[in-house]
Amino acid sequence: MTVPRRLLIPASLGAGLLVLPIIGLVLRAPLSTFGSLLTAPATLSALWLSVWTSTASTAVCVLLGIPLSWVLARAQFRFKSLLRGILLTPLVVPPVVAGVALLSAFGRNGFLGAPLRDGLGLSIPYTSIAVVLAHSFVAMPFFILSAEEGFRALPPRLEDVASTLGADAWTRFRRVGLPLARPALIAGAVLAWARSLGEFGATITFAGNYPGTTRTLPLEVYTQLQADPDAAIVVSLLLLIICVGVLAALRGRWLGGLR
Amino acid sequence: MRRFAAVLVLAISLTGCTTVTATKPNELTVLAASSLTGVFTELQTQFEASHPGVKVKLVLDSSATLAQMVEQGAPGDVLATADQRTMDHTRIAGGIMGHADQFATNTMVLIVPANNPANIKSFSGLNAKPDFVVCVPTAPCGAAAAALLTTNHVSAQPASEETDVKAVVNKVVTGEADAGLVFTTDALSAGDKVRQIAIPGASQAPNTYWIAQTKQAEVSSLAQDWIDLVLGPNGQAVLARAGFATQ
Amino acid sequence: MKVRIDHAPLHEIDLTFSSGVTTVVGPNGAGKTSLLHAIAGLSPAQSVMVGHREWSHRPPEQRSVGLVPQEGALFPHLDVLHNVAFGPQARGVRRRAALTVATQWLDQLGIGHLAKRAVTTLSGGESQRVAMARALAIEPAVLLLDEPFSALDVGVAEGLRVELEPHFNDRITIMVTHDAIDVATLARHVVVLEEGRVAQVGRLHEVAAAPRTAHVARLTGANVLRGTARGHVIDLDATTQVHVGSSSNGPVLATFAPTAVTLATSPPLSSARNVWHTRVTQVLSTGQITRVHLASPPIWADLTPAAATELNIAVGAQIYAAVKATEVSVTETKTAPAPNR
Repeated sequence: MTVPRRLLIPASLGAGLLVLPIIGLVLRAPLSTFGSLLTAPATLSALWLSVWTSTASTAVCVLLGIPLSWVLARAQFRFKSLLRGILLTPLVVPPVVAGVALLSAFGRNGFLGAPLRDGLGLSIPYTSIAVVLAHSFVAMPFFILSAEEGFRALPPRLEDVASTLGADAWTRFRRVGLPLARPALIAGAVLAWARSLGEFGATITFAGNYPGTTRTLPLEVYTQLQADPDAAIVVSLLLLIICVGVLAALRGRWLGGLR
Repeated sequence: MRRFAAVLVLAISLTGCTTVTATKPNELTVLAASSLTGVFTELQTQFEASHPGVKVKLVLDSSATLAQMVEQGAPGDVLATADQRTMDHTRIAGGIMGHADQFATNTMVLIVPANNPANIKSFSGLNAKPDFVVCVPTAPCGAAAAALLTTNHVSAQPASEETDVKAVVNKVVTGEADAGLVFTTDALSAGDKVRQIAIPGASQAPNTYWIAQTKQAEVSSLAQDWIDLVLGPNGQAVLARAGFATQ
Repeated sequence: MKVRIDHAPLHEIDLTFSSGVTTVVGPNGAGKTSLLHAIAGLSPAQSVMVGHREWSHRPPEQRSVGLVPQEGALFPHLDVLHNVAFGPQARGVRRRAALTVATQWLDQLGIGHLAKRAVTTLSGGESQRVAMARALAIEPAVLLLDEPFSALDVGVAEGLRVELEPHFNDRITIMVTHDAIDVATLARHVVVLEEGRVAQVGRLHEVAAAPRTAHVARLTGANVLRGTARGHVIDLDATTQVHVGSSSNGPVLATFAPTAVTLATSPPLSSARNVWHTRVTQVLSTGQITRVHLASPPIWADLTPAAATELNIAVGAQIYAAVKATEVSVTETKTAPAPNR
């Protein structure tokens, strides 16, 4: 036995903590109505909304997060650690608080939302864009953490040689930094996607709760919890299966070093 | 090994401190719909004054959530819902002791922010599709709102379905929504932050409020005392002041 | 190229480099790699003047330098061909043309067959060749090499030296090295750095004749003779031979330290299998060593000053030089020997 025996009890408790509730869900699942609940219009609408908003917010995290992480990893400027601290706050702040913060900036009376509304007639809350925005807010730090670490870990000598060969800063980023950090970037994107999928508090506070536009799978579970607990369980299982499925499918192929 | 055992003992003793199993003998837990927040908070003070040594714990949430909690066996001695449907649901599920009493009625009203940004003049103004919010259909205020929208032939869809009526009020008060369907009592408690617009047919379809002792009520006498207070002249007066129609 | 650097860890460096190989030697921490970095533009310098162009304000990508760091630093995510094409592509050559240039360089260095290989599958010698090809592909004015052959085994290193020598001599090549054979076979000039300052500088022969420290002596006096082996005998030319302990055939390098040479005024009766009757061409005494250069074969011999005095060593004197066969290392090379320097 290579693992010390006294570690086995806490390890089993830890595993149990995570596995038992999932087993509970599976056991409580209503077998007879499972199919009809799974394919109910409300479920399918929430499913589609969840999938596309999570994917869209992951895209936002990646497109904005890569440049941001590169700057954090490479550039030297004052207040860098302060900036990094602020960028990571969505990790520790309760999602509802994130929702309130989003409202105060982009809500109809927010300091940016109000002029947007008055000037361009654009209102963000109650739209699917608001969902994408809320998801991006909470998921971005996950991506940044992974991406910045990936960029930092690159051997500086490679970029030195690249510059002597004639590569300017943009070329060094595009042809050396980016490809070599790919495993970390993909891992970050997967984390961001999973976090988006499960986002509830910020979404319901900032975007609202309406079927088709803002009622994602987690919101559907919450709404159904009061009306039809069986439906809530089915939708919960659906969420779980998606997350586990995606994580399992990606682990083998892309995460490489994260094995 | 000794240190491990010490941690274990500490952990077990801590669970004792935070046990949430039964209400203590001098503690009363009241599960009440959010629209009863103001009224029940006032009655809480009265009750504690007349029952020295007793602490009243108020759990305020959407009636539908509370019904769920009772069915799951969550601690609670008294249940007060904002419609008959939710109370019936709980009764059929065997959650209440004996029968339930109706203690008040409440009517729905449309509220807009004080400055009325969408310039809504009447209930049919909703047809112009401003951003208005309602409760989820499973909550009493949501069910009532859906019914009134139908009877008034308003086809516009709400922008969002909030989980309880206080959330609807909040959206209107902060100006994040142009309008919201809430109870008269909620409109009153929001004061001059909102303006009320009558809903045609609302008085014909009021919400009836029901109160009952839960099956798991530990201290039956205290629970009954509370119910008596609500049904009695003191309780009714407080309800009336808040805008409820009384028995 | 004229270089002036006065920025930690280098102090008051003022050097002129011409085409061909300048080896930079010195103890660890002397600042050799820092010198390369300053010339490349990776650290600051007061002035780097190439031709009439001042480089010190330009970033590395705007200079014409090829840098080969100690362990090659090939790009792990690109195959060999794309590694070599990286430089030209970065400097604006279109992709197809860059790949053609890269293929030509790979062929020239005898590794065309490795074009599609992943860099992690290459042997030490192969990856150093790729690193060289990559640096040469941009036709740099200055080639900077940081101990390029130190990780390779002796035979592979020698093969590379011979192949690359023409490319080194085509441009200004600055090579940091700890290897006496690098110095002996390639260097035209030598720069000695110590604690960030220039301790000695000059043509190889000058520095080898008058090494100021034991370190410099060890690095600059190595005897490296090229010849053709027939078993235990190596022919240097028609008249001169070297007897060695190991047996080989074909073109080889024979190497031995200057301290392995014994001098005598009459033919020595000893176990040394190599005895050459030759003439002293140079003598320099520096405190602990007297270093003597002989005519044929052209080798260095180190003696104590006392011994040199006893033997009356002077320029022009006839002398017998002896080296034991077991003191001579033999390395097989792949190409025909170049004339001994």
